[in-house]
Amino acid sequence: MNVETTISTDIAPLHFDQVRFEHRGHRLLMPTSVTFSGCRRTLIMGPNGAGKSLLMRLAHGLLRPSGGQVRWQGATPVQAMVFQRPVLLRRSALENLTYVLAIRRVPRAQRKARALDVLERFGLAALSKRPARVLSGGEQQRLALARAWLLDPSVLFLDEPTSALDPAAIKAVEDAVNAFHQQGTRIIMATHDLHQARRLADDIIFMYGGQALEHTPADRFFDIPHSPEAAAFIRGELVW
Amino acid sequence: MSASDNPFYTALTLILGMDHRLFDIVALSLQVSLIAVALASLLALPLGAALALWRFPGRNIVIVMLNALMGLPPVVAGLCVYLLLSRAGPLGHWGLLFTPGAMVVAQVILVLPIIAALTRQQIESLHQEYAEQLHSLGVRPLRMIPTLLWDARFGLLTVILAGFGRASAEVGAVMIVGGNIDGVTRVMTTSIVLETSKGNLPLALGLGIILLSLVTLINALAHVVSEMAKRRLG
Repeated sequence: MNVETTISTDIAPLHFDQVRFEHRGHRLLMPTSVTFSGCRRTLIMGPNGAGKSLLMRLAHGLLRPSGGQVRWQGATPVQAMVFQRPVLLRRSALENLTYVLAIRRVPRAQRKARALDVLERFGLAALSKRPARVLSGGEQQRLALARAWLLDPSVLFLDEPTSALDPAAIKAVEDAVNAFHQQGTRIIMATHDLHQARRLADDIIFMYGGQALEHTPADRFFDIPHSPEAAAFIRGELVW
Repeated sequence: MSASDNPFYTALTLILGMDHRLFDIVALSLQVSLIAVALASLLALPLGAALALWRFPGRNIVIVMLNALMGLPPVVAGLCVYLLLSRAGPLGHWGLLFTPGAMVVAQVILVLPIIAALTRQQIESLHQEYAEQLHSLGVRPLRMIPTLLWDARFGLLTVILAGFGRASAEVGAVMIVGGNIDGVTRVMTTSIVLETSKGNLPLALGLGIILLSLVTLINALAHVVSEMAKRRLG
């Protein structure tokens, strides 16, 4: 417990101050202010097109806001992102990992051993020589998680990482997310799967129509959501 | 029609006769074109990739000019190199005119725009797929170039082959800067022109058949290599 609190204060909080995003005249994100802090698992929920991916891409720095400010309070921490459809290089599973180590300037002699270690950890050791792009969907996503693991991120973004996977592969991804969290990584993950959110979330950001309607602890969100849209979403009604 | 008038028969006797002059001509043709394509690739692959990745003012003009240069007439390229390398020209003191070196220079100029323009297209579409992931991993633009070139390697093999096709087929440039000197700068295409003008059509056609067979062989090899690798890598 004590350990966890020291870790959590280490990661700089991320503030969104009135951040908005427009593309070709369409306002895709209304002015939004949220803060991501501590070592929590924050799940961003909402229907398709609500702006979940957009919020994460802005947070990760893949997109620049059209207005407002995305600000790390303190040093920008090491971050990694796992995408809905993993983008793997046209190389073997092992080379996908050693590539990342090369980018991070890890000495050549250490790369292979470290990469094999992580492949082992994610149950991919037997596939190390296989081309990454002929792996199954679940294996590809695990490889993407292994690649993120090598970066040792303080903040991990995941954009609906399980939306195209079968239950066994979903379990593997969720286990990996929890492993990251236990290592002291802040998790920011988008999903539209209510059950998944119940299993993983410490707190929930609910998005609807380009707005963050609420940001509440998970138990409060599921028991007493305060926006009617969130309440309908939880009841399983179709909202958009 | 006597057997010696048949171009296929002529081609066959040339090959089977192991005529050393034919062998020299074939070797020089391959040597000039392969060196030219290798040098052009060395320059054009990174250039094409850089053009795909960097946004700068005037980029579209550069792309249009590069695409237009793909259609540069070989005689024009030859003429320019001729003027550069002739005794009175700015690079005359190199003494390259009417040597295989001059032919390589001319073919590099012909092939470079083709490889650069097609590389830009290939890398641009691959970059669309990779951009977010590479950005997320913290890969700098300069480091992206070798990454993308390597991951596009099978498509780029075809691009290089297109360049080789251009180099081995052209006659205008090597004729002007090489001069078709027997035993020094005579290659397959210039021999074909010479034999045609002498009226020795079976020999000209026979040489043509050999040239076509060689180009087919090289393309077939590259195709097999890339198909095997593609199947293995998915």
